[in-house]
Amino acid sequence: MKVTFPHLGNTYICVKSILDDIGIDYIIPPFNNKRALELGTRYSPEMVCLPLKINIGNYIQAYEMGADTIIMAGGCGPCRFGYYSQLHREILKDAGFEMEVITLEGTDIKDLVSKIRRVVPGGSELMRLPSILLRAVEIAKRADGIEMLAFRTRARECERGTTDRIYNGFREKALVTKGTRNILKLLDETEARLKAVRLDPNADPLRVGIVGEIYTGIEHFASFDIQHRLGRLGVEADRKVTVSNWIIEHMIKKPLRLPRDMAFAKAAKPWLGAMIGGHARETVGNTAIYAMSGYDGVIQIFPFSCMPEIVAESLLPSVERDLGIPVLTLIIDEMTGEAGYMTRVEAFIDMLEKRRENREKQRENVTSKTGESGTYKKGRLVSWN
Amino acid sequence: MGVKIGIPRSLFYYRFAPFWEMFFAALGAEIVFSDPTNKRILDDGVKSCVDEACLPIKLFCGHVLNLKDRVDYILVPRLTSISKNEYICPEFGGLPDMIRHTLKGLPKLIDTEVNMRKSARGGLKAAVEIGAMLGAGRRRTTEAFRLAAQDFRKDSFYTEFKKTVMKNGNLDQAEALKAEAILSAVGQKSENRPQMECQKGENRPRPKGQKSENCPHGVCRKRLRVGVIGHPYTVYDRYISMDLLRKLTDHGVEFRTIESVDEADINRHASRLAKPMFWNHGRMAYGAALHMAESGEVDGFICLSSFGCGIDSFVNDLIERHVRRRFGIPLITMTIDEHSGEAGFNTRLEAFLDMLQWRRQNEGHISASG
Repeated sequence: MKVTFPHLGNTYICVKSILDDIGIDYIIPPFNNKRALELGTRYSPEMVCLPLKINIGNYIQAYEMGADTIIMAGGCGPCRFGYYSQLHREILKDAGFEMEVITLEGTDIKDLVSKIRRVVPGGSELMRLPSILLRAVEIAKRADGIEMLAFRTRARECERGTTDRIYNGFREKALVTKGTRNILKLLDETEARLKAVRLDPNADPLRVGIVGEIYTGIEHFASFDIQHRLGRLGVEADRKVTVSNWIIEHMIKKPLRLPRDMAFAKAAKPWLGAMIGGHARETVGNTAIYAMSGYDGVIQIFPFSCMPEIVAESLLPSVERDLGIPVLTLIIDEMTGEAGYMTRVEAFIDMLEKRRENREKQRENVTSKTGESGTYKKGRLVSWN
Repeated sequence: MGVKIGIPRSLFYYRFAPFWEMFFAALGAEIVFSDPTNKRILDDGVKSCVDEACLPIKLFCGHVLNLKDRVDYILVPRLTSISKNEYICPEFGGLPDMIRHTLKGLPKLIDTEVNMRKSARGGLKAAVEIGAMLGAGRRRTTEAFRLAAQDFRKDSFYTEFKKTVMKNGNLDQAEALKAEAILSAVGQKSENRPQMECQKGENRPRPKGQKSENCPHGVCRKRLRVGVIGHPYTVYDRYISMDLLRKLTDHGVEFRTIESVDEADINRHASRLAKPMFWNHGRMAYGAALHMAESGEVDGFICLSSFGCGIDSFVNDLIERHVRRRFGIPLITMTIDEHSGEAGFNTRLEAFLDMLQWRRQNEGHISASG
């Protein structure tokens, strides 16, 4: 049995280290690429969302490399993700790729254990599983930490490209590093190297929050690498929805009924009053949190036809108006052209820069009472004279 | 009480209109339905709603706008779940928020959350909340809820539905009789239908030229019959469905919809799925389609779907794969949105029906010339 799994940002690091430790043979599909998307689009129904198509691409590429079993997370709705694995199975079957799909979901513990037993060969490994999983959670957390650190340094580095070099090197190295312990060592190393990057002490980058659907937010390929591109434009990106957060909140705290971090739900309350699935509440709530913590703008990303995010999209103009934070919505599918997309992002960033300049000018006006002036209400510019 | 409550003639109007009517009437409120869908309502909805939303949601915005100046309250419930362990759709769950933040100058919204996912008591809970909003006491509301629920038992669902929606709602009086005639043949509950007596081989459309008198139960039937699979709010809305049901009738084709299949049959088929579907419509559509296919009731399927419907994208695909794999019954997916042209729709429909007809005539015919 050769196991494979779909890509989602740096999740592969976490999953592969677990499989290494237990001793399961696995194949990591090539990092998301154009061919994966093309294969996925060819075999998937037209109207399903983008992540499903890229997943299918991953599986087929892994199949070509010899994989025969897929491990995939599941859920219980109302977002379509919960039914992904079922549709994956049907698509692969009809397309003639003989692969078994094993869905790991917390809804039925007995069922989950039996599924794990099918993958994990012997008994002794099963005993070691808890400690391996603990380390894996740590890895997920640290890997996300490194990504966030990279966001910070990329916007401030003196020599452009240093962060990217270290970060991409880390992703490559993680592919060949075996076992949770070695991965943790690699994470230590990378963190130290990132911290050693020489930063411009005078840098005052724009700060932009990334919200939206989890896959397009995290997976570089699906968002045209937007977070790295923002960094290269000298903008510091931030994202609150991460893999480790998802693992901790949904796979650990929820089944165990531990109190969860619901700050986003509280912040979303004035606009969105209930859980409607997917990450809609996170999107609305985090936009409000970014606005209140002084970010310059927010970019919402989601795959075309994502139902929860459509609800969020229709609410964001109200958040924008009520809290005074600019929001750009980017919708992605297999037809999206990169150039048009980047033009919009650059225009948005230009607008944010201009906005900041104006605000600074405005602040000078208030203190010195000279020069160009406008009408102010509670310190906010209402109209120009 | 005398308050006027507006109910948009859209989305779950097509499932719960009789229930809501009874419930609010028992509370002493006056009910105003929005006008049947027309171009103006659709255009208003499309203009005001976020572009990415599916057609029914845009249409709902239009219906709310149609009502806004003539009522005191508009019913926009947050329908999270109407059945155990199932949801409806994320967009239904966020509907009141979407409406409140995209449309301006609305009267008060009845935006109570209806969540029956864990327990059916969620329905009563929501009713009590609505009652309190209208100033009715718990006892009176509970009584009204009982009354409405009594009339809305599962077995009376389709008849009620037919009466209210088909007659007063979307098919106008002149057509109502015609529709009634078709539906009375189609919509019979299976227990009322005579048991199938004919041999398995006969359980399929009668070849041309063969007499059908000796098959009294309509199984060996003369006319083509198609299964129309889709959300009630697209299938029964005459405007956005391009009057599909009527067109089928005009072509002399009988139809069956999800609503005409027994809940028990639906569940029997839906339970065969490897993982239970967590959307109410998903389970109904899958179960109904598979039942229609297995019982040999239909010659083909028309999946009527709105562009961008996330649930349809999964469910229709699953139905298509399973129906093809197991039964080999033809299936067409007709996608509609605000840009759909009727001529193109008609052409595809006619081509599909022609194909079904030819398939029936030529089935079993082996050409002598090879």
